[in-house]
Amino acid sequence: MYEIDAKGIYYRKLNEMLREAVARGEKEILLKNVNGQYYIGDGIRQGDVKITIDGVPGNDLAAFMDGPTILVKDNAQDNIGNTMNAGKVVVEGHAGDVLGYGMRGGKLFVKGDVGYRIGIHMKGYKRQVPVIIAGGTAGDFFGEYMAGGILVLLGLGAENGKPIVGDYLGSGMHGGAIFVRGEVDETRCGKEVGIMEPDEEDMKLLKSYLKEYCEDLGLDLEEVMKRPFKKLIPVSLRPYGNLYCY
Amino acid sequence: MFNSLAPPEYLATIDTDKCIRCKRCIQNCGWSTYSWGGDRVLIETTKCVKCLRCYHYCPVEAIDILDNATRFKSNANWSYMNIRNIKRQAETGGMPITGMGSDLPYPVLFDHLLLDACQVTNPSIDPLREPMELRTYLGKKPSKLEVEKTPDGKLKLKTEMPPQLKLELPFTFSPMSFGSISLNAQKVLAMAAKECGIVMNTGEGGLHEDLLPYKDHIMVQVASGRFGVNPDYLNAGVACEIKIGQGAKPGIGGHLPGEKIPLQVAKTRMIPVGTDALSPAPQHDIYSIEDLRQLIYAIKEATNYKPVSIKIATVHNVAPIVSGIVRAGADIVYLDGFRGGTGAAPNIIRDHLGIPIEHALAAVDDRLRQEGIRNEASIIAAGGIRSSADAAKAIALGADAVAMGTAALVTMGCTVCGKCYTGNCSWGITTQRPELTVRLDPEIFAERLINLIRAWSHELQEILGALGVNAIESLRGSRERLRGVGLDEQTLDILGVKPAGR
Repeated sequence: MYEIDAKGIYYRKLNEMLREAVARGEKEILLKNVNGQYYIGDGIRQGDVKITIDGVPGNDLAAFMDGPTILVKDNAQDNIGNTMNAGKVVVEGHAGDVLGYGMRGGKLFVKGDVGYRIGIHMKGYKRQVPVIIAGGTAGDFFGEYMAGGILVLLGLGAENGKPIVGDYLGSGMHGGAIFVRGEVDETRCGKEVGIMEPDEEDMKLLKSYLKEYCEDLGLDLEEVMKRPFKKLIPVSLRPYGNLYCY
Repeated sequence: MFNSLAPPEYLATIDTDKCIRCKRCIQNCGWSTYSWGGDRVLIETTKCVKCLRCYHYCPVEAIDILDNATRFKSNANWSYMNIRNIKRQAETGGMPITGMGSDLPYPVLFDHLLLDACQVTNPSIDPLREPMELRTYLGKKPSKLEVEKTPDGKLKLKTEMPPQLKLELPFTFSPMSFGSISLNAQKVLAMAAKECGIVMNTGEGGLHEDLLPYKDHIMVQVASGRFGVNPDYLNAGVACEIKIGQGAKPGIGGHLPGEKIPLQVAKTRMIPVGTDALSPAPQHDIYSIEDLRQLIYAIKEATNYKPVSIKIATVHNVAPIVSGIVRAGADIVYLDGFRGGTGAAPNIIRDHLGIPIEHALAAVDDRLRQEGIRNEASIIAAGGIRSSADAAKAIALGADAVAMGTAALVTMGCTVCGKCYTGNCSWGITTQRPELTVRLDPEIFAERLINLIRAWSHELQEILGALGVNAIESLRGSRERLRGVGLDEQTLDILGVKPAGR
């Protein structure tokens, strides 16, 4: 494994070093002592590269990323997977706001809680299905403007009786699906959302993603699957069709 | 019961004595105004938008499109559009949509500004005989240049130059996406941009593979929907633009309806066929100047530091906003004025939000100079550039280059009918219907657009010659070469221009 000590290195230099290592053909890279450096993995395309991050990476981790796998051994910050096209990010701690904005493909697995506006305008295209799974709780506007892909919220370790997701769930949603473990309070949802029971096909698909998630993060799949899920989908692919006249 | 209480705006008429029943009008109208009645052409005049396609293709000049004199009683306060929109809203509960720039009679300050010329005491220059430089570089300029001597005694630039976007002429084309306009219309822009050494802009609709041969003359755009954005796209062009707002619809997003997303548009935007392409009003990762900086540098990191342009609509507080944008690391700021065009915008937004480009440009240029950061970014002025005179005046007010949108479309047949949002453009410009887009032959119309750019360039050179300067650089921000007519003191003060006679 190729090691880069990020201690005291400005993000621009660090990312240059990382890109150089990837261009040289390094496949397993360890970034040590990362402390808030932005844009790690930004625009990197090599699908067989695995980057392990020791420490807390800064905003825009894996922005525009197109293939690599990133493992964060700590918490992560905002804007992970901004407009990401392919690849995988696994965060062993909590993560911040606006994760997966405009994400078109790849996976983002967070073990802990996530912040506000997760998966905004996530979209699927052809065989690309972006997936975000958050293990803990989430803030407001979860899945806002969602156009495709899959968002999963597990609420593991949440206090009993407290909601695991904020208000305006799926507001403006016009594609994709959101799976929430446990009950969903209709009054917290955007008006564009319909709440359903997942069918067998849904559960098969969900289980396959959760299996990978649990393996990556050392969780017990059976424990996760113990509670039932709700499925949220848009009631219309054209939520604003009647807004205008000519 | 009648369909609508809004009477037709136009009366399409055919002189049946002249008409030879060739049915070309029926074939040409994208709005199905005409149909065949067995022995004559039938007219459904409520569908007519006066785009004049039928008029130009009638071989015997039998067609006339009249403004409907009886539509509503003429009233200086209650205009036709006021009454018509109320009727339509009462019938549907929807927001009236419109296309192109605002058509309301707000003052156009370009028409109250005059350029200087040389007489007797300073010589003018004849651009036909003497060199006249129009080349423009967009991007950050260093605040000072350091030069060092090489061992062989030559001078070498020591300062590292930030990336520059080289334009042979101080023009660019406004961002217009594939979806809002046809691929053939985008090809016209791309071909003309290549031939003239300038750039076109993809708008927020992705980059169709047919445009790749022109990539050295393309700026790619990233906006709130992130349509078609991946690392290949970001790296395809010569620069990237982050769209924050548009002059015709500041502060609101875009809704390209699903029925206007056929396969090719869906492929280019990388979304499924038939779903709405919704561009949220804000980019939810940008709530502050700091956030904007984060996205600017995310794009720079992904493109190995290509120039990044920020496009905003000119709003009341434009000067401090631009100061922030420049400090956030933008290389270019694209200012889209209140009168800027659109493919579709709610009437009420287009006609009532924002400020004109002239005021904004003067305020921004002033502010950046006062703060000593005018060199940190170039400014593109857009939103109502109708002629080379407007371009020269904008440049004198402080722009580095101007963008043309509507003017470029007019060379393709556009008559500014304002019905772009219907997707029925008979000229094949703002439509995706294959039987209509095929009418716009890219090679033929690129020739016309190139002609326009050449003509404007000659006119600019004549203006510069008359001013006695031999480079566009000498006119940039030179407000001393402008005079105002019929403007009040405060407006003159905002523009930094003296009244004519002073």
